[in-house]
Amino acid sequence: MANPQMVMFEEEFSQINVVIERLLREANAKVIFLVDKNGQLISGVGETEKFDTTSLASLTAGNIAATGGLAKLIGEKEFSILFHEGEKDNLHISIVGGRVILVVLFDSRSSLGLVRLRVKKASEELSAIFERLLHKAEEKEKSGGGDFPFAEITDDDIDNLFN
Amino acid sequence: MSFINYASREINCKIVYYGPGLCGKTTNLQYVYQKTAPEAKGKMISLATETERTLFFDFLPLALGEVRGFKTRFHLYTVPGQVFYDASRKLILKGVDGVVFVADSQEERMDANMESLENLRLNLQEQGYDLDKLPYVVQYNKRDLPNIVSLEELRRELNPTGVPEFEACATTGEGVFETLKAVAKLILMDLKKGK
Repeated sequence: MANPQMVMFEEEFSQINVVIERLLREANAKVIFLVDKNGQLISGVGETEKFDTTSLASLTAGNIAATGGLAKLIGEKEFSILFHEGEKDNLHISIVGGRVILVVLFDSRSSLGLVRLRVKKASEELSAIFERLLHKAEEKEKSGGGDFPFAEITDDDIDNLFN
Repeated sequence: MSFINYASREINCKIVYYGPGLCGKTTNLQYVYQKTAPEAKGKMISLATETERTLFFDFLPLALGEVRGFKTRFHLYTVPGQVFYDASRKLILKGVDGVVFVADSQEERMDANMESLENLRLNLQEQGYDLDKLPYVVQYNKRDLPNIVSLEELRRELNPTGVPEFEACATTGEGVFETLKAVAKLILMDLKKGK
């Protein structure tokens, strides 16, 4: 398979949220999202209820994928930071640990310089957490993954989803 | 790849609708969107040209309900079918969990079907996937039109490995949910095996 299975556990989830909540405060941002490169939302903090987070996650991943394609065409590995400037709100998008996308939405109460500075520090911490997460998931898989929720799924369970 | 979140007890899977231009991929998603209860769906996003041809992708998130205490979400994507958008198609296949190949049943589109299927196989290979090992179903769309190819021939040309196949008319919705259900089921069965 192209990528190992993405799995999230309670422990790492709360560690991640601590980091991005601190980033939210320190960067004076409105909202921060973490998105898997495949477009799955991992977590979000701040004024998340004002946004369609699922769509944001999917479009962000599409955006990163498209610019990644552009990068390869000109001989770059990837563009690790994207910045979109709007009239009021801006988006700072960066790749963390090669696999996860960090999206920071901010307005005039913050600045690009501040966001870049804080994102850099938070990225290192997030990178380390995701690294641990990956190891943990691999180990669990090796040991048989015992508590995998779908191990005992039945045809009826699946049929019920569509009723 | 599916994303299993033990913290929020969610499981997310990605389904990609593939097929030649104008075969009805977007129409499939539009029908699913129309017929799904508001609480079970998110916004449908279409990145399309002014003439409503898909430019990058369509996206429809569906929350189907719980399996064993886990919220099960499917993210439905279409690719742009037109031949020259190949770079975009490759990107959308990243992280795919299941594929629906939508074939256009009209005689004059058989070559386009075969070309698109070959393109799917190649693009998956580039990402390290094997179509024969992925959850995969085929839909023969536009069965309501007059100049269609017989089921036998479609099967022979487009489904030699005998994966689940469905006749459909996406504009009226015939076969649309059957197709989706079949691929979702294959994905969940695949997860059950723990890959």
